[in-house]
Amino acid sequence: MAKGRVSFFYDSCKACGLCVHFCPKDILDFDEDTINPMGFHPVVIVKPEECTGCAICALMCPDLVIEVEKG
Amino acid sequence: MNKVLMKGNEALAEGAILAGCRGFFGYPITPSSEIAEYMARKLPKIGGIFVQAESELAAINMVYGGASTGTRVMTASSGPGLSLKQEGISFISEAELPCLIVNISRGGPGLGGIQPSQGDYFQATRGGGHGDYHTMVLAPASTQEMMDFAILGYELADRYRIPVVIMAEGTLGNLMEPVIVRDEVTNFVEKPWAISGCQGRKPNIVNTLHLTAEELEGRNRHLFSKYEDIQMNEKRAETFMVEDADIVVVAFGLLARVIKRSVIDARKHGVKAGLIRPMTLWPFPDEHIKAVTDTCKVILSMEISMGQMIQDIRLAAEGRVPVEFYGRIGFLPNPEELTREILAVAERKGL
Amino acid sequence: MATVFKRPESLTDAKFHYCPGCTHGIIHRLVAECLDEMNIREKAVGICPVGCSVLAYEYFNCDMLEAAHGRAPAIATAIKRLKPDCFLFTYQGDGDLASIGMGEIVHASARGEKISVFFINNTLYGMTGGQMAPTTLLGQVATTCPYGRKVENEGYPVKMAELLAGNEGSAYISRVAVNSPANVVKAKKAIKKAFETQAKGLGFSMVEILSTCPTNWGLNPVDAMKWMEDNMIPYYPLGEFKVKEGK
Repeated sequence: MAKGRVSFFYDSCKACGLCVHFCPKDILDFDEDTINPMGFHPVVIVKPEECTGCAICALMCPDLVIEVEKG
Repeated sequence: MNKVLMKGNEALAEGAILAGCRGFFGYPITPSSEIAEYMARKLPKIGGIFVQAESELAAINMVYGGASTGTRVMTASSGPGLSLKQEGISFISEAELPCLIVNISRGGPGLGGIQPSQGDYFQATRGGGHGDYHTMVLAPASTQEMMDFAILGYELADRYRIPVVIMAEGTLGNLMEPVIVRDEVTNFVEKPWAISGCQGRKPNIVNTLHLTAEELEGRNRHLFSKYEDIQMNEKRAETFMVEDADIVVVAFGLLARVIKRSVIDARKHGVKAGLIRPMTLWPFPDEHIKAVTDTCKVILSMEISMGQMIQDIRLAAEGRVPVEFYGRIGFLPNPEELTREILAVAERKGL
Repeated sequence: MATVFKRPESLTDAKFHYCPGCTHGIIHRLVAECLDEMNIREKAVGICPVGCSVLAYEYFNCDMLEAAHGRAPAIATAIKRLKPDCFLFTYQGDGDLASIGMGEIVHASARGEKISVFFINNTLYGMTGGQMAPTTLLGQVATTCPYGRKVENEGYPVKMAELLAGNEGSAYISRVAVNSPANVVKAKKAIKKAFETQAKGLGFSMVEILSTCPTNWGLNPVDAMKWMEDNMIPYYPLGEFKVKEGK
């Protein structure tokens, strides 16, 4: 059971990759199969069960794409 | 009614305070500095703010900020300072913020001199900064009007959400005359657009950036429909002996007062002269000019410049009568000289 | 589960127009979070600059004014003096604050204006296409120093935090960076400290925030963070340069 849960506002993602880079668990990646309305491959969580809810992804996201829950 | 002996600059400053001005932001420059000095003495005692800015640019931008709070604020300067202030005046005009901007004029171009001038007429009446806009421009001719136009200026500024410029020759700023001190203004308009924290309402935004063509054109059209209202309602001029005049002199400011004497003297020499004194330079009182073109033979523009207002007079006269010019630079000509010129023009025109 | 991270109330719902990876978005959010946490959104008045963040008035959910290039501190001065209960902040880039607005910022600081300035230093003019700024590093290439900034031609990069810390009117001056999670947390603390300095009426406060410009630096956002660490932080050291304590 994951300690944290991240949800993405995919339409706002500019695929800058900062969240992917800074995630300490390395569980985020670009969704190469999807193109959002701005023309980017948005970021998704590939191993949700490993999320600790540390919120570093959201902290480094310049576009407020990510909401984080913990519990 | 009690009269008090005051300098023009002081009368203007006191008029602004009576009108509710509570913020002055300025930078010293001759011959306007007495306004800043008066405000520095008075404003802190009545809960107002006085800031001597680091530059004219900073001063006008403080006016931009101050006016955005809905407070009646002002600045005062002279030619070189007004040039620097044009950036801010353009912004303030677009943001539609009411405020008072005073130009106690001196001669130019460049540093020019510190003697009286009307050479900033174009700058004042054509907007002065970048883009399509106008400020309202009032031209007082007495120390009393320095006070009265400060009060009127704020009333017009608030009514039309427009910066109002008071332009007076340096001599008028430094001329002492008895002044009837007016009552304090107590009626103020609501300013729901002002920014002072968004408690209990949606945020207000003061902005002059309009990136789409549609929005920018819309803003310009909005400003110009307001300018049309102002042109419809706010043209002001004093006329003196124009009804039967063959030669009508047009002049503003203190110079116009001197010319009144010349008009009377010219009549003693058998030349029927008259005077139109624009009190608003923008909107220009073109109807007053047009009205005399049916009866007079010649119009004579007299200015302390190389001839700027003459262009507006010619536009107003629409070629119906010739418009002559007489100008001096750097000083206020005496009535004898001006009378001689009126008589000379009359002789040339066979009047 | 409890929400631990969401959009602050002091930001509108508008999407930022900034380039991918541009750290303006992080800094906007940090300022907004501080407004939320200090419960001062309804007393806040923000002044936007000219530059990439010229549209900041569309993003901050409080009273906003869009200034002419460099003049934000003068505008904030007047508003704060006339409305002392308001919290004034200016948000300015390096061309805006350190070049054309040098006079306004130095004198607002010297007068000890009770305003909070957030100075975004990304070493160049971003909006106009990557021209040299007063903060461009020696050797750094910009479109108006295409052979790299040279001392003999362009002089030295300006260190604003150090410069303003020398003014008696400055009450809180610090430099932070947003190149790592730890530094972002520190940046937020500094921003909050600037607002607290204003709340206590101690004087002028400025936080210089080292920022990236991946687009004009020609780097991807992750490499831009590394470039900042390797090149900017050695020349623009992080830390507090002036801290006036309250009585």
